[in-house]
Amino acid sequence: MRVVGKPLAKVDARAKVTGSTLYADDLIFSDTLFCKLLRSPHPYARIKHMDLNAAKAVEGVVAVITGNDLPVKYGILPISQDEHALESEKVRYVGDPVAAVAAFDEETAALAAEKIRVEYEVLDPVTSIEEALSEPTDEPIHDYGGPANIHKMAALSFGDLEAGFAEADHIREDVFFYGGNTHLPMEQHSAIATYVNGKLTLWSSTQTPHYVHRTISKVLDLPMQAIRVVATPHGGGFGGKTDPFSHELAVCKLAMVTGKPVKCTLTREEVFYAHRGRHPVLMWVRTGMKSNGRITAMHFKTALDGGAYGSYGVATMFYTGALQTTTYDIPAYRFEGARVFTNKAPCGPKRGHGTPQPRFALELHLDKMAEDLGLDPVEVRRRNYVSPNTTTVNWLRITSCGLEEITDQVLQASSYVNRQRAVGHGMGFAVASYLCGAGLPIYWNKLPHSECLIKLDRGGVTVYCGATDIGQGSDTVIATLVAEELGLWPSDIRLVTGDTGFAPVDLGSYSSRVTFMAGNAALDAARKLRNLLAEVAAESMGCLPGEIVTGDGKFGTLSFEETTQLAQERFGAISTVGSYRPPDLAGPYKGSGVGPSPAYSYSAAVVDIDVDPETGIIKVNKVWLAHDIGRSINPVSVRGQVEGGVYMGLGEALMEEQAYRKAMPKQPSMLDYKSLTSVDMPEVETILVETDDPEGPYGAKEVGQGPLLPVVPAVVSAVHDALGVWIDQVPVTPDKIMKALDAKAKGQAPRFGPKSFPDIAYPQYVKVDTPHVATQAI
Amino acid sequence: MSDSVIANFDVNGRSREVLVKPYHTLLEILREDLGLTGTKHGCELGECGACTVLVDGLPQLSCLLLPHQVEGKEITTIEGLAEGDELHPLQEAFVEAGAVQCGYCTPSMLLTAKALLEGDPSPSRQEIAEALSGNLCRCTGYEAITRAVELAATRMDT
Amino acid sequence: MLRLKPFRYLRPAGAEEAAAIVAEFDGEAMLVAGGTDLVPKLKRRQMEPSILVGISHLEELRSLRSTPEGGMEIGAAITLAEVTRNKDLEMHWPGYVQAASLVSSPPLRNLGTIGGNLMVDTRCNYYDMTYEWRQAAGFCLKKDGDACRVAPARPHCWAVSSSDTAPVAIALDATAVLAGPEGRREVPVESLYQDDGIHYTTKQPYEVVTSLHFPPRAGWRSSYVKLRRRGSIDFPIGGAAVALVIEGGRIIDSRIVLSGVASHPVVAVEAASYLVGHSLDPELVAEVADHAAKPVKPLDNADLAYTWRKRMVKWLVTQAVLEAGK
Ligand SMILES: Cc1cc2nc3c(=O)[nH]c(=O)nc-3n(C[C@H](O)[C@H](O)[C@H](O)COP(=O)(O)OP(=O)(O)OC[C@H]3O[C@@H](n4cnc5c(N)ncnc54)[C@H](O)[C@@H]3O)c2cc1C
Ligand code: SF4
Ligand code: FES
Ligand code: FES
Repeated sequence: MRVVGKPLAKVDARAKVTGSTLYADDLIFSDTLFCKLLRSPHPYARIKHMDLNAAKAVEGVVAVITGNDLPVKYGILPISQDEHALESEKVRYVGDPVAAVAAFDEETAALAAEKIRVEYEVLDPVTSIEEALSEPTDEPIHDYGGPANIHKMAALSFGDLEAGFAEADHIREDVFFYGGNTHLPMEQHSAIATYVNGKLTLWSSTQTPHYVHRTISKVLDLPMQAIRVVATPHGGGFGGKTDPFSHELAVCKLAMVTGKPVKCTLTREEVFYAHRGRHPVLMWVRTGMKSNGRITAMHFKTALDGGAYGSYGVATMFYTGALQTTTYDIPAYRFEGARVFTNKAPCGPKRGHGTPQPRFALELHLDKMAEDLGLDPVEVRRRNYVSPNTTTVNWLRITSCGLEEITDQVLQASSYVNRQRAVGHGMGFAVASYLCGAGLPIYWNKLPHSECLIKLDRGGVTVYCGATDIGQGSDTVIATLVAEELGLWPSDIRLVTGDTGFAPVDLGSYSSRVTFMAGNAALDAARKLRNLLAEVAAESMGCLPGEIVTGDGKFGTLSFEETTQLAQERFGAISTVGSYRPPDLAGPYKGSGVGPSPAYSYSAAVVDIDVDPETGIIKVNKVWLAHDIGRSINPVSVRGQVEGGVYMGLGEALMEEQAYRKAMPKQPSMLDYKSLTSVDMPEVETILVETDDPEGPYGAKEVGQGPLLPVVPAVVSAVHDALGVWIDQVPVTPDKIMKALDAKAKGQAPRFGPKSFPDIAYPQYVKVDTPHVATQAI
Repeated sequence: MSDSVIANFDVNGRSREVLVKPYHTLLEILREDLGLTGTKHGCELGECGACTVLVDGLPQLSCLLLPHQVEGKEITTIEGLAEGDELHPLQEAFVEAGAVQCGYCTPSMLLTAKALLEGDPSPSRQEIAEALSGNLCRCTGYEAITRAVELAATRMDT
Repeated sequence: MLRLKPFRYLRPAGAEEAAAIVAEFDGEAMLVAGGTDLVPKLKRRQMEPSILVGISHLEELRSLRSTPEGGMEIGAAITLAEVTRNKDLEMHWPGYVQAASLVSSPPLRNLGTIGGNLMVDTRCNYYDMTYEWRQAAGFCLKKDGDACRVAPARPHCWAVSSSDTAPVAIALDATAVLAGPEGRREVPVESLYQDDGIHYTTKQPYEVVTSLHFPPRAGWRSSYVKLRRRGSIDFPIGGAAVALVIEGGRIIDSRIVLSGVASHPVVAVEAASYLVGHSLDPELVAEVADHAAKPVKPLDNADLAYTWRKRMVKWLVTQAVLEAGK
């Protein structure tokens, strides 16, 4: 291959290093108005009355709107349509938007928003999972779900759990808590809308232009064809820009009301309120094991603090139980999950969506079981690894799987097995797995998940695809795949992406689906185009199309331009289309929509730390990360994703936390919400393992999310290695380590973490037939 | 406009005389009055470094600078780094080394690195990390950025 | 974008004039040097002056020289970065340079001044928040409210002194020159602070710090150890400055000053005195550190658990004493 797998420059890098890339907040149109949202100062309150007069009277104000102007409910999932762009009856968290002002400048809009008088009747806020589970003092936060403030519950059972536990030589239970955290993209959300000739256009820093498009159509009651959503170049998403947001809908409405372009850029504090970050999850796990380390049964329970709205939460809840089985062959498995509403900023999907939390619990739980049985924690894992081309007990189809290889390589590179043992120094090992795109779309239908159109004419090659580059490099992947097929360089390809008006649909940059799905759609279209070109080139050269070799801008002996001309003389206008829809992968049970993916990536991490027993302060010395990438389309980009994932995993393990005092966000600023600086970041050694996935484009799998996952448990495992204490709660701040050391010194359990798991009235579990016999003997 | 004042400074080698509000920061003046949107912002409180520009060659945060503080000074923004179509060696290195993901922190990183290399043509990894430690990046884990600065340093040194 | 409320910006010709303006517009005007502390606070509306009086352009505030007797004079408008690059300071007052180099982050140190660092506002995580946040959480005594939200029992503000350089300046017996409309006075840096999170300085609001003076300190060793979550950007959540004179293996004079633990830099006079006459024995150091830490009572108004911050004070002092004694 000529361009696939080569360390070529990203197609958008040059514009970014010169400052010429236009992000959403850099856009400005003639006569643009500026919008400011008024947000609730109360975590939970009924709106009694709103008086807009003083705001409207401010000089420079053009329009003020409230929930009455945007009465239609929406939500990213069809089953949780529970948000209004602006609430008019009830506010559910500090920061819930209630009104929007458009004015000649941002200062005036802010001033006017402050003059809106809102009379609230304050209600008693629900601030924790425990409170949400018990009978509320005031009415429940939403009028659906329940009992109490439970949003959604699930209970699934695969295989014979009781028999599995009966067979075990050792059974252990643990409780873990994963603190919530947020995406903190460097770019604050921003959107600008125009309404001209009955057509609405929105430019927004969104990861999911298609779903924003759908939502605008619903909320503003506009036909789909009257809307165009453009995902602008992105200053970071990580899942934080995958929901439709109030400010997006507000600028659309205000553009329609005023007839002028309207722009809204959130302040950093507002980004913390918009949130949709990692759910705090309380977890309980019970596992049965043979004395040789083979798992016989596992029972996993989760409780998610969802915050004020549904968002992706139902999917998140299912994800907390879905991927335990994609690394370990668990013959009998039961999952019970519950998501609750609380009066805090809504949680949603963040890098790894719903899986870092259970992965953290699972990996540490296995470490503890290994310790109980006097076994090597790595061996215990190996004994249970899934094999390629198998189906898990919960009906997930595993194809390519490089678990063994990544384990070998990461252990070897890090010398984990022969590590130096000293108090205060430790190393930890963990593995994980992630999806290459959700197997099922958000709206269940049989339509393609990704479509691509390639136009060829005298202007060269232009690729149109709805995929959205959020910095992960999806434009580069698409250009590289098309260039490979056509014998060009990625920089020869013009791209129109992330634009619902001009490019065919792609569902969005979430669930690590773009390389796999948009990549396959682009390949489909590119191969069709290549065939057309090869046909005319072969005819001209007097050979068979199969004999045409492409590369360096040539089709056989013809130049690409000559071939294009011949093809157009022969066929007239030329364009080809391609699409991708994953195979039907859902298992035969309700709730099986979450978890299936056309392929799974695998990651293994070793973390080396020093931790001072006098202070509890951790210094991370180095991280080794081996990743089963299938095949890397661009090794520089892949390495960047691994390093970025490791960075974010370390942040979550050590310091990142969306903390609250009751219902008040405690640290909504970049100073107080701690993220690693360059001096806090250790060296990362990236090891790529290529397993050539049979369905991935050129064998490629995902890398955007997976590498984050094993880092978090590996850090905690290293702390245990260093000091002999378990920190069963992240982030692992130094005070927690000191508390665990205190407990150890007093002869109590050497740990810090939640003491118990609440009694949750999960529904009677659904018993699902298993698709398989265990791939390994028990 | 009674409260506006005239500010004089030099931006990317071009002298500017602008009518500004004394309470508009350099960040606002660059982006909104001069249309130089290459300078980014992530907090406007001095906490993220995204708005870094060079003032008389030193990295400073434009979200904290008042127009009077830059009176008569030379300001370099990301738009002033390349020479025409020719990229600065740091820009080349950032492109090659994969130091650009979303690119939002990139202008600030490049300018900070430029000032670093001007004072110290061959910094160690630790010195690079120290110099960049006021500029947050959420995508790269700083690794590729550090490699890019090293790469540029080697090339510029020879 | 978070923006500033309107104000006028004045550029006086000298320190006395600056002081006179602030005095004239009593309560309406504030001094600003680098603005790295003030500007974010203005954006969050923690102060709402209608006039800012700039002083960082004043040449008279930009001296940086050794004095004939072997001391050092540093103009208040010298930036933290300039301090970290000064060889004389590095050689004779290493603790001060260390503290300056640990303030926030490199771009901030290129702008923030040493005068501003001495006068930096006290901090509290109920107070260093935007107007909207404070409105939602409830305003507090220090601004717009009538009760302390951390310790509501009495009308007192416990916001934390967060200057990194002040404790070292105190440990090294530095003095500050203050210019008022009627002339100048020189005071020990230690006397600039008092135990009140709101009125944390004894200086008149209009008085301009023009320079900082370090007396000659032949034989003095100094150090500063700072506690914060990250290796950059963060304010101290604890810090210890130590100055020692060691002769013939014995300590003959010593100072210990803490930052980030109260509304003013805390001078641990008694604890420091225990070192005098002894050699740097780890057990003694631990005892002294314990003593210095005992009276400190951090509250839940800064980063991380206050119980942990409390136990870290001892560690900080130990590290700083050992470092100074190296
Ligand atoms: C993200 C961030 C992190 C920070 N981290 C730290 C840290 O780790 N440690 C730390 O100590 N500080 C920190 N700071 C605060 C600040 O940057 C420094 O204290 C800096 O030294 C302040 O100097 P300045 O010149 O910018 O002060 P300014 O903001 O100009 O002034 C601060 C205060 O001092 C007064 N003042 C200034 N100069 C004089 C003078 N000559 N005479 C009388 N009054 C004067 C002003 O009126 C104002 O009240 C941080 C700030 C930010 C935004
Ligand atoms: S200590 Fe109390 S009064 Fe002082 S700033 Fe904090 S909450 Fe306000
Ligand atoms: S925008 Fe200036 S530091 Fe964040
Ligand atoms: S590249 Fe995205 S923040 Fe640095």
